[in-house]
Amino acid sequence: MGHLIPQAILPYVLPVVYAVVIVMVLPLLAGYIVLMERKVMADMQARLGPMRVGPHGLLQPIADAVKLLLKEDIIPENADRLMFWLAPLVSVTMALLAYSALPIGPAFQIADLNIGLLFILAISSLGIYGIVLGGWASNSHYSLLGALRSAAQLVSYETAAGLGLVSVLLLAGSLSMKDIVQAQMDQGVWFIFSVPFGFFIYLVGSIAETNRAPFDLPEAESELVAGYMTEYSGFRWSLYFLAEYANMVIVAGIATTVFLGGWLRPLASFHEHFPGTSIEWLDAFPSLLTLGVAFYCLSLAPKQPVKIQKIVMLAVAILCFILSGALLAALFAPTRVLQGIHGAFWFMAKVFAYLYAFLWFRFTFPRYRFDQLMRLGWRFLIPLALVNVIGVGVAIVLRQQLGWGPVASLIPTTLATLGVAIWLAKDDAPAATVQTADGE
Amino acid sequence: MYVLNSILFYFFSALAIASAILMVTRRNIVHAAVFLITTLLATAGIFLQLQAEFLFIVQVILYVGGIMVLFVFVIMLVNLDVSMRLVQFNRQWFVAGALALVLGAQVLFAVWAGRASLRLPAMQVDISPKNTEAVADALFSKYMLPFEIASILLLVAMIGAVVMAKRRV
Repeated sequence: MGHLIPQAILPYVLPVVYAVVIVMVLPLLAGYIVLMERKVMADMQARLGPMRVGPHGLLQPIADAVKLLLKEDIIPENADRLMFWLAPLVSVTMALLAYSALPIGPAFQIADLNIGLLFILAISSLGIYGIVLGGWASNSHYSLLGALRSAAQLVSYETAAGLGLVSVLLLAGSLSMKDIVQAQMDQGVWFIFSVPFGFFIYLVGSIAETNRAPFDLPEAESELVAGYMTEYSGFRWSLYFLAEYANMVIVAGIATTVFLGGWLRPLASFHEHFPGTSIEWLDAFPSLLTLGVAFYCLSLAPKQPVKIQKIVMLAVAILCFILSGALLAALFAPTRVLQGIHGAFWFMAKVFAYLYAFLWFRFTFPRYRFDQLMRLGWRFLIPLALVNVIGVGVAIVLRQQLGWGPVASLIPTTLATLGVAIWLAKDDAPAATVQTADGE
Repeated sequence: MYVLNSILFYFFSALAIASAILMVTRRNIVHAAVFLITTLLATAGIFLQLQAEFLFIVQVILYVGGIMVLFVFVIMLVNLDVSMRLVQFNRQWFVAGALALVLGAQVLFAVWAGRASLRLPAMQVDISPKNTEAVADALFSKYMLPFEIASILLLVAMIGAVVMAKRRV
């Protein structure tokens, strides 16, 4: 390779390839997350969900995308045309830009910035301009109210989510996404077990930031039609949709990297802390899992009602076989290749587990009222996050001065934060009833 | 590398100046706000080009991601029809114009005096690879007292705002 490409542009080749791959794969991934959402929703409501297009609705995202692209593109007459045109682009650009610092496996990262985490947070928070400007440019009250709610909600919950992340940054001592994962490897524990409250605060904050239920007030269909997207249709609407799902993957990626060990296998540094034991057989799990899925698809294929559905199901089975083979072959490859391929597998597995939690919340909790949302953010999450950060600071002193272990030193912090959480929740409950009695 | 650095610097500078001018001259305040955002982002780009990535990210998070969101939030509630009919210039415009000319002449003179530096010096690669740590070190050791005073000032302002906004605390 080295002699084919001039030396000056060599360092840019691989990042550009990664960037192109991400931009091409992400819309497809977003489509399949929508399918996953519909399937999970159907399962939780004891229905089947989309079943018509492809076996078990597997081709539904593609049909949806084609429908959206062919739809008429309507711009309201009194809209601010330039802003109306610009707003979805801002949303989707910022959402895609944030991926440039996200490490999907130790090798697959566009740029390892030493301000990586801050960069992702900053860029993904700029996506709010797409929502706000789009809501304003539509020149409709529903859109404007949706945009205002969205801005207020994002500003409130960004603080809490950021403070949740700060507790981990204190432990990791770095802002680089790679170094944060490496710190979890070195300390032998994922940070979700070190600072469970940091994770909890980030989880709630990230749901609110991505405007997902139960915090989906900016697009509450019973109140605001579709919020800031009310006047959008066709391709522009699908850009907003893409941005929303891309942002979901981003927050899931941040949570995975910061709290769930990133690309690390479960118990990745077990043998270092307990010498003599070996659980390297866990490396075979990805291959076996995909093999199982492949055989399941193979057994389903003859049962499909239409011939084309049989063929698609067979194709899925073959894809799973190839994936399984690749994951198996990686076991015998040098360590770097093994970590690259299996790292990507574990990373995506964790991202999807996090996204599943998102869907689970959506179908479990009813929507918050706006004042309840604000009270939860400002009077519960932010004080809790502050206590947690101070507690982590104390724990670091305990570790450095008294030599406590990385988990043991954080147990008092977690217990103290739990106490504060219970006290805050108790303190808040009567206030809520008084407010409703007032009729506010 | 050198050419690329110069191109980036002049690109961001031109973007910042052009959008600053557009920001002042737009009648529609939402458009003005968007151009202010572009100016701030272009300034952030200059920080990045100078390898001050921490300042870059602070500029983006604080000004673009925080302050400007609140700006736009308030601006959207303003009645646009009224603001479109407001007069942009008052009768003292020539005084301001004369002052601006004097100021512009001074800036031009300063640029002319330092014209040797218009060609950017060759970039030293990796001046300080981790300037986040450097900023933290400076803030918490050398400039501890000003840092604490600034934090208390902000805290007082915040409490003051809450007290003024809320009648029953």
